[in-house]
Amino acid sequence: MAETKEKQTYQAVIGLEFHVHLATKTKMFCGCRVAYGDSPNTHTCPVCLGHPGALPVLNEKAIELGAMAGIALNCEVASHAVFARKNYFYPDLPKGYQISQFDEPICVGGHIDVPTSDGTVRVGITRLHLEEDAAKNVHVGESGRMHGSTGSLVDFNRGGTPLMEIVTEPDIPTPEAARATANQLKSILQAIGVSEADMEKGQLRCDANVSIRNPDGSFGVKTELKNMNSFRFVEKGIAAELSRQQEIIEDGGRIEQATMHYDPATDEVYSLRSKEEAHDYRYFPEPDLLPLELSTEWIEEKKARLPELPAEMKSRFVESYDLSEYDAGVLTADRDLASFYEEVAKSADAKQSANWISGDLRALLNEEGIEISDSKVEPKDMAELISLIENETVSRSAAKAVLAKVFETGDSPSVVVEKEGLAQTGSGELDGVIEGVIADNPDEAERVRDGDKKVVGFLVGQVMKATRGNADGGRARELLMEKLGS
Amino acid sequence: MLELTAFELAQKIHAKEISAREAAEVANTRVEKVEGDINAFVTTTPDIATERAERVDERLKNGGSDSVNLWETVPLVVKDVLSTKGTRTTCGSKILEDFTPVYNATALEKFGEDLIMVGKANMDEFAMGSSTENSAYGPTKNPWDLSRVPGGSSGGSAAAVAAGEGWWALGTDTGGSVRQPGAFCGMVGLKPTYGRVSRYGLVAFASSLDQIGPMTRDVRDSALLLQAISGHDPNDSTSAKVEVPDYLSELENGVSGLRVGVVTELMNAEGVEPEVRAITEKTARDLEEAGADVGEVSLPHATYGLPAYYIIAPAELSSNLARFDGVRYGHRATASGVHEMYRRTREEGFGDEAKRRIMLGTYALSSGYYDAYYAQAQKVRTKIVDDFRSAFRDFDILISPTCPTAAFEIGDKVNDPLAMYANDICAVPASLAGVPAISIPGGLSDGLPVGVQLMSDHFTEPTLLRAAHAAERASEFRFEMKP
Repeated sequence: MAETKEKQTYQAVIGLEFHVHLATKTKMFCGCRVAYGDSPNTHTCPVCLGHPGALPVLNEKAIELGAMAGIALNCEVASHAVFARKNYFYPDLPKGYQISQFDEPICVGGHIDVPTSDGTVRVGITRLHLEEDAAKNVHVGESGRMHGSTGSLVDFNRGGTPLMEIVTEPDIPTPEAARATANQLKSILQAIGVSEADMEKGQLRCDANVSIRNPDGSFGVKTELKNMNSFRFVEKGIAAELSRQQEIIEDGGRIEQATMHYDPATDEVYSLRSKEEAHDYRYFPEPDLLPLELSTEWIEEKKARLPELPAEMKSRFVESYDLSEYDAGVLTADRDLASFYEEVAKSADAKQSANWISGDLRALLNEEGIEISDSKVEPKDMAELISLIENETVSRSAAKAVLAKVFETGDSPSVVVEKEGLAQTGSGELDGVIEGVIADNPDEAERVRDGDKKVVGFLVGQVMKATRGNADGGRARELLMEKLGS
Repeated sequence: MLELTAFELAQKIHAKEISAREAAEVANTRVEKVEGDINAFVTTTPDIATERAERVDERLKNGGSDSVNLWETVPLVVKDVLSTKGTRTTCGSKILEDFTPVYNATALEKFGEDLIMVGKANMDEFAMGSSTENSAYGPTKNPWDLSRVPGGSSGGSAAAVAAGEGWWALGTDTGGSVRQPGAFCGMVGLKPTYGRVSRYGLVAFASSLDQIGPMTRDVRDSALLLQAISGHDPNDSTSAKVEVPDYLSELENGVSGLRVGVVTELMNAEGVEPEVRAITEKTARDLEEAGADVGEVSLPHATYGLPAYYIIAPAELSSNLARFDGVRYGHRATASGVHEMYRRTREEGFGDEAKRRIMLGTYALSSGYYDAYYAQAQKVRTKIVDDFRSAFRDFDILISPTCPTAAFEIGDKVNDPLAMYANDICAVPASLAGVPAISIPGGLSDGLPVGVQLMSDHFTEPTLLRAAHAAERASEFRFEMKP
C-alpha cells in the first residue's frame, strides 16, 4: 500500500515544446536561401539584417507547410491568423523583436497517438505557430561560451529561417513517453515533408516543461528544461530533472521556477537562470503584415495532398504484411527504416524481414548511433541474408555474425559467408564431426546411451566447438541422440 | 527658373529648352546661398544632383522625351527618413549619424538610377514632432519668418521647397507630418491613402500610419509626384494591389456636383484660431461657388483621434526603434557588457522626444496596461474609421483646417509636449482612418500661410486632387519663394 501511495505522490507532468525548421528554400520573410554550414553572413539581406526601412514579406511555402503539419497533428487550421511582434533585446535578434504568432496562431487543438512500452498514449497538441528563427551568436574565446569570452560575433545566416513552434499539452506521463512523443512527431513531420527534422543540424529543438503533481492533484511548480540535443537526452534529461525535483520535495523543500540545462556528460541538470524576472514581451499585432486569411478550399486542398502518415502506414503494415502491432510500430517510427523494410519485403519473407530489421539491424544501428540511410547495409543484402537462412546455407546464429560483418564492411552476405567460412556445416560433414566427438568423449557417450540426457548438451557443445559454431545445434542434437540410440 | 513649378520645369526640360543639368545647378546655387539661414538639409548632395542630371540629359538626347518620365527631370528634395543607397540616412538622429544604407526606398527606385537628388532634408528625429526642432542636426527655420518653425516632421522638405532649394520634395506623414509643414510653409502637402505608396525603405515610425507624400508648389505638381511614387510593391505587404489611375487627366474637371462637408468637430476643435476657421470657411465657399454642394458633416469621434494616435504611434515606434541597438550599424557606445552597451548607445543616440515616446509606447504595450491603452486606442481607431465611412456615404470631400494655427515661434512649444501634440488634432483622424488628405494654402493670417485640409475616401485621390485644384484656383494665394 505504502509503495502505491508513494508512486501516486510523484506523478510526473511533462509538456514538450518543439522548434522545427521548415523545409523551405528561402527564409520566412525574405528571399535569402536557407543553408546550413556555409560561411557566416553569406545569406543575408536588408530584411533579415533588420536594416532601417526594410519590411517583411511572408513566405507562402512556410504557411503551406505549417498548415500541413497542423493537419497531420489533427489540429484545426485557423481561417484567420495573425502575426505578432515579440519584443526583446538580444544581439541575435536584429529587429529587436521576433515576428511570431501570439493569440491567433495558424493551428490549435490537435493530438498524436504515441506508442510506448505501456501502450499507446494520446498526447494533446495545444497549438502550432509560425515564426522566424534568431541568428546565431558565436562567442570568441577558449570556452566557446558567453561566460569568459573575449567577444561575440553574430552569424545571420540562420536569422529568419522559417520556424514552427509546436506545444503539447502537459499530459506526457513519463520520460520514456516524452522521448517517444518526440520520435513520433519527428516521423510525422518527415513523412509529410515539412521538415528534415535533423536534431544535429538544429532543425528540431526540444524543450520540456517538467513538474511533479501535488498530492492533491494540482500542478506543481514547473521548470523549463533546455539543451536536450538528442532524443536520448530528452528522456535522460527529463528523468534527471524529475529525480532532482523529487529529492527536493522529499527533503521538504520547494521547487523554484527556473530554466534548467541538461549536461549529458554528467547526466545532471543545472539551473541556468532564475525565472523570477519574468519577461514582458509586449506582444502586439505585426503592422507590417496583413492578417493571414486561409479559405476552406485552400485548407481542404492541403489535406488532400497530405502523404501517408506513420499511423496510417503502421495499420497498412499490420494488414498487408501481417506484422505485429509492435513490429509495425517500430518500423514505421522511422520513415527511412520503413522504406528499407518495404524494399526488403518485396523479395523476402515479410515476417522474417520485419524480425531482422526491427531486431538485429536496428540494434546495430543504435550501437553505432547512425541512421539507416548512413548504413552500408542495402535492402538487397538483407533480402539475400534471409534467403541464405531459408535455404540453410547459414545457420541462424551464423547469420547474425554475417549481418554484423555486412554492416561493418558493406560486402554482400554471400561474399561474407565465403570469406569468413561461415557456411552451415552440411549433413555429411556433420556426421563425421559427431562420430569424432563420440570417439573423443567415450564416457559421456556411454552415459547418454544409459539414458542420461543431461549430458547431450555437453556433446552438442563439443560439436559446435568443432564446427566453430557453423552447425545447426538442433540438428546436431538429433544426430547425436540417433547415433547413441537414446 | 526658380519661379517655375516642377511641372512647368519638367515640360521645359522635356522640350530641351532647359537642361536638367542647368536646373540642378540652379538648385545647388540656391542651396549654397540660403542654406545657412534655413538649415533645410542634413546632407546636401550637389555632385549627385549634377552628375545624374547630366545622365538624364544624355538619355533625353539619345532616346527623346518618351524615354524619360516627366518627373525624372526635376531635382528632388528627399526627406532624410527615406533610405538612399550610398548616401547617409540619419532620420534626424544622432544614432544614425554615420549610417549609409545599402538600398534605395521603393518610392525613390521609381525614379530609376538617375534620381536627381538635391539633398536629404532635415526632420524631427525619426519623424516624431511637429516643428523640426527635434533634430540632432539643429532646427530648420521657416523661410516665411526665420524666427518661426517650418512645422514637422517634414519641416526640412517644406522649408527647402519654400526657399527655392528645390522644386519639390518627398516627405512622410504619420499624423500630419506632410500636411502641417506644407501648411506652415505655404505649400501643398499630400498624404496618400495608406497602402497607395510603398513604405519599403521608409524608416518606420508608426508602421500602420506612415505614408510617403509629395510636398509641392501647387496641386498639379502634387499629382505628378504622386504619379511617380504610387503603386503596389511586392516588398511591402501593406501596399495595395489597386491600379494607379492617371492623376493629371481629371485635374481640371471642376467640382460641379461634388458633395463637400465641413467637419464640425474639427472646425471647433480646441485651439483652432478664428482666422484659421475663417480661411477654411472661405475655401468651402470658394468650392460652393465653383459648383460643389457644400454642407456640414460630423465625425463624432474625430477629436478622440489625438489621444488614440498618441498611444498607437508610440506603441509601434517603441518596437520599430528597437533595432537601433548598436550591434550592426549606427552609433555604438563603448561598454563592458552587452546590456550596458545597449543602454549607453540608446541613451547617447536618441534625443529627448524619441526617449519620451519610446517610454510611452513601451508602457502602453506592457502586460497589465495593454488592454487599457493599446487595445482601447484601437477601438477608438475603429470608431473613427466608421465615422469616415458614414461621412463618405453623403460626401465626396471633407474639409477642415490642417492645423489650429499658423507657424509658431521656435522654442514656443518645445518644452510643452502636450501643446506640441495638440497641433496635430485636425491631421490625425485621416491618418487613423487611412484615407487620403491634402493641405493647400487657403490664405494668410498675419502674413503667415494657413493651410486648409481636404480629405476623401480610400483611393479616391483623383477626386481629392480635382477638388484641391479647384480650391487652389479660386484662392488668391499663389506660391511665393521665400526669403
